[in-house]
Amino acid sequence: MSKPDTLSELAAHLDDALNEDVREHAIAHGELTLTIHRDRVKKVLRFLRDDPACRFTTLIDICGVDWPSRSDRFDVVYHLLSMHNNTRIRVLLTVAEDANVDSVVDIYPAANWFEREAFDMYGVVFDGHPDLRRILTDYGFEGFPLRKDFPLTGFVEVRYDESQKRVVYEPVNLVQEYRDFDFLSPWEGARLVIPGDEKAQ
Amino acid sequence: MANPTVPALGAARTGVPAYDPKKHDPFFDGLSDQLADKGFLVARADDLITWARTGSLMWMTFGLACCAVEMMQAAMPRYDLERFGAAPRGSPRQSDVMIVAGTLTNKMAPALRKVYDQMPEPRYVISMGSCANGGGYYHYSYSVVRGCDRIVPVDIYVPGCPPTAEALVYGILQLQKKIRREGTIER
Repeated sequence: MSKPDTLSELAAHLDDALNEDVREHAIAHGELTLTIHRDRVKKVLRFLRDDPACRFTTLIDICGVDWPSRSDRFDVVYHLLSMHNNTRIRVLLTVAEDANVDSVVDIYPAANWFEREAFDMYGVVFDGHPDLRRILTDYGFEGFPLRKDFPLTGFVEVRYDESQKRVVYEPVNLVQEYRDFDFLSPWEGARLVIPGDEKAQ
Repeated sequence: MANPTVPALGAARTGVPAYDPKKHDPFFDGLSDQLADKGFLVARADDLITWARTGSLMWMTFGLACCAVEMMQAAMPRYDLERFGAAPRGSPRQSDVMIVAGTLTNKMAPALRKVYDQMPEPRYVISMGSCANGGGYYHYSYSVVRGCDRIVPVDIYVPGCPPTAEALVYGILQLQKKIRREGTIER
């Protein structure tokens, strides 16, 4: 197949070629989303990169989504770009909390830090990653902050201790209550009638 | 048409109601009177040294977030902090004041303290922007220090999100005032 003209052509082509690997595809808002089986991620991404009709050679991002009520709790989302065809595609798979995803670092070297970030924020483990450490959070950080059951303020806070001459960690103690936001803003929510306005009607 | 009796360079200030060119800072008036009378100055060594300190506030650039852009702006020719003898300095060992410009995270906190500990006495800290003052937008976050005064002692707080370059310049002027008021050569 030569260069596909539309997203639906591309989707049909992928349905043919990756029949057993793709669970479903959807086109929404002009974007193609491919939901695949978890254990096929390396095969699918390698195909998308190497197939002459696809040539998705650029990995834009890998991110996670947390759905606490689902049995397969996390989504892992890959965004790919084909510079050759000026096309983007989203590849999505679901993974349970105790299951692992195959690392795609050997297909896209850029995946290295993205997978570290997804691990850091959600605790999704990538099999075969060369160096799966935390990347953004503090050294010795515990928990996965973008999970829905992680408290917003976390568990520890830091302070400089004059007697120990170093920065120490302590259980978090908020001196200021959470703010109760009033969304009835004078510009948007409230329908205030300014005296004199009725004459303009 | 402007009043033709106003000299060209004074024109901008004549419209400011509180501005009176005859009112000066009595501190500087005293100095210039003494100099005009005798041709020399007599001052305490403390005053002389603190005066010298106010005129060379080399600042450690601790730019952490968007506030750093305003800090750079303050150093650039438009606001030109070097007029006040304040120049950016790359090394903490050569600087007098640290400007904490931006969000201080838990991960950065030990590094900030380490840099502060390397600065020679006397040393000052300007906390710039809401995040450095008290956590600001990220006050409830799991990864942000709720105010850099938990880590280092702060002399001047500059409010704003981010503060304008003018606000930072004003903060530095306030710091100079503070040094003149309570500066000392005692350890």
